[in-house]
Amino acid sequence: MRKLTLAIALIVPMFGQVAAAEDTVKIGYIDPLSGGGASIGEGGLKTFQYLADELNAKGGILGHKVEIVPFDNKTNPQETLVQAQKAIDAGVRFITQGNGSSVGLALEDFVNKNNTRNPGKEVLYFNYAAVDPSMTNEKCSYWHFRWDASSEIKMEALTNYLKDIASIKKVYLINQDYSFGQSVRSDARKMLAAKRPDVEIVGDELHPLLKITDFSPYIAKIKASGADSVITGNWGQDIALLLKAAADAGLKVNWYTYYAGGAGGPTAIKQTGLDHQVFQLTEGFANTGHQAAMDYEKAFRAKANMSLWYPRAVNEMRMFKIAAEKANSIDPVKVAAALEDLKFDVLDGGTGLMRKDDHQFFQPIYISSFGKLAANEPFDEENTGWGWHLVSRVDTPQAMVSTTCKMARP
Amino acid sequence: MLDLIVISTLNGVLFGMLLFLLSSGLTVIFSMMGVLNFAHASFYMLGAFFGFQLTKWIGFWPALVLAPLLVGAIGMAVERYGLRNTHRHGHVAELLLTFGLAFAIEEIVSMIWGRSPVDYRVPALLDFPAFTVFSTNYPAYKIFMLAVSIVIFVVLLIVLRRTRVGLIVQAALTHPHMVGHLGHNVGRVFMAVFGVGSALAGLAGVIAGPALVTQSDMAASLGPILFVVIVFGGLGSLPGAFIASLVIGLVQTFAVAINGSLASAFGPLDPAAGPSVLGDIWNVSVAQVAPIIPYLLLVVVLIVRPVGLMGTRES
Repeated sequence: MRKLTLAIALIVPMFGQVAAAEDTVKIGYIDPLSGGGASIGEGGLKTFQYLADELNAKGGILGHKVEIVPFDNKTNPQETLVQAQKAIDAGVRFITQGNGSSVGLALEDFVNKNNTRNPGKEVLYFNYAAVDPSMTNEKCSYWHFRWDASSEIKMEALTNYLKDIASIKKVYLINQDYSFGQSVRSDARKMLAAKRPDVEIVGDELHPLLKITDFSPYIAKIKASGADSVITGNWGQDIALLLKAAADAGLKVNWYTYYAGGAGGPTAIKQTGLDHQVFQLTEGFANTGHQAAMDYEKAFRAKANMSLWYPRAVNEMRMFKIAAEKANSIDPVKVAAALEDLKFDVLDGGTGLMRKDDHQFFQPIYISSFGKLAANEPFDEENTGWGWHLVSRVDTPQAMVSTTCKMARP
Repeated sequence: MLDLIVISTLNGVLFGMLLFLLSSGLTVIFSMMGVLNFAHASFYMLGAFFGFQLTKWIGFWPALVLAPLLVGAIGMAVERYGLRNTHRHGHVAELLLTFGLAFAIEEIVSMIWGRSPVDYRVPALLDFPAFTVFSTNYPAYKIFMLAVSIVIFVVLLIVLRRTRVGLIVQAALTHPHMVGHLGHNVGRVFMAVFGVGSALAGLAGVIAGPALVTQSDMAASLGPILFVVIVFGGLGSLPGAFIASLVIGLVQTFAVAINGSLASAFGPLDPAAGPSVLGDIWNVSVAQVAPIIPYLLLVVVLIVRPVGLMGTRES
């Protein structure tokens, strides 16, 4: 018995040694893999796994194999912190997360504290979709990098487009009742008032996040308000169900959305028959006409069996590789320094910039509408036969906003 | 204004009837056996997924019959091999069994069908607007759901009130031991009742699946409201559950339509005080709290009238 204990005492640390020397960069993917956000979370996971495979096929990052380790946070901030700690315990030094700004804010705070308490074992937070502006303003962090445009940047781009559309007179705002939804509504109010003071806001609704099973009562309200356009930041099942209820009721308005392209959205829009009346703001989409992106889309669809919702994930992983090579290290502190002010040619064409001041990535923003495909548009969505069509492209300089970030640097 | 009232009433009735469809089985089981079946919403979810799978294989209409039968069979097995054994350990054990079952079913469903929503669509035969009120369409499928709920209500009521089976069920409701002493096989009656209750949940799932979203968390999102319906309606009362479903459907729908808040009724708090917790509460609109109103109703009913609206048994 004593011999056995001795053997274990000798062997176990050796396993530890082997594991530590193993040549992988672990990226903890913390997003909903169950609950109302699961469909979006699973899509993101597939995308990152595809990107990791792609990097590994070309020799990984500085010879290190890239591994995506999934953690289910159920879109819940508390659960996220538990999962983040689990990830760090499992050897993760890079965390990527996107769904839910409430989650993103909690994670940003967690990473800050972790890095203060554990010098030499810093963790970086790569944010690919949590777009609450405060994350790169008053709550900005040196350890946080965001590849998606903040909701403020998107609203800036949207209102710059809307200010020239004379047919818009009555706007209805409907958003999820948490930090992101609230910032969409307040930015929309502020920017519309500045750029189109003649536009009337006929409704400003907040509803519980991912809890509503039937949006018919809300659709009845939108209808009664006489709105001609709706602006919504809804995502996950909340946008799919909202559009579905609109389709059932036969509501005919223009929809300006952040996330109508997520799982279930395109199917619902096709059912509405709202041909080119649902608009979306993204950093890229399937039919941009940019050849490299369209080739990429084709290859991605063939392997992942879904469309590429997250061109920014491609940008994120490619920039990670570039930064690591520039720093000649996969140490998070050195990677972070190398990412600052890094210029990068984004997947959908044009040059983006990871601004040093707030770690917000600036890139061209597209407004696209969903409907029947034109001749030069090869990609549909969810087998509906309809796809996204380019309406307007806002170049990087016009999509930049100022920041109030006062970053504490290590 | 009038159009909003009419449309909200229609929406409320439609949602209420869906709630009844879901809770009828639960209230039958609850009243008969005194078991608060936490897995009821899971049976509903099973119904939706079976409906989806069978629709893919053999079409919607055969699925509408087969899926509830399958769920009913599972329900009977659960009663025979699970609940019956735990029965002697009292209600808490039964409750815990169904509680565990709910989690197990959710995990199994997500293992088989994944966690993303499945593409369960309204059958082509019913995919058209039935009528239009104030330029708002009402899909034929929702009217079909309404009709099924009413048929189930009437059939259940007749079976419970006018047949021999109903007589035994009714008797067991107030005097469960006496029924046993009279020589009825209470065990078999329990199993049948549990089977029928589960099958009703399954039926609700097959029908509601295409109208809402069929995914592995649908049980969790609709489960709690069902308990509100049966407690509010009254333990063991089918008409009570019917009325409670309607009331909750209407209350929730109308609450969404009301933008008013305490601030709009009584004026804002002293603006000099600035934003405060009190100010936040003062400014919350009725629409924002709509989803929690049914639970407030539950609390109030339990305090004021514990047997519920039309309850018959103090328990």
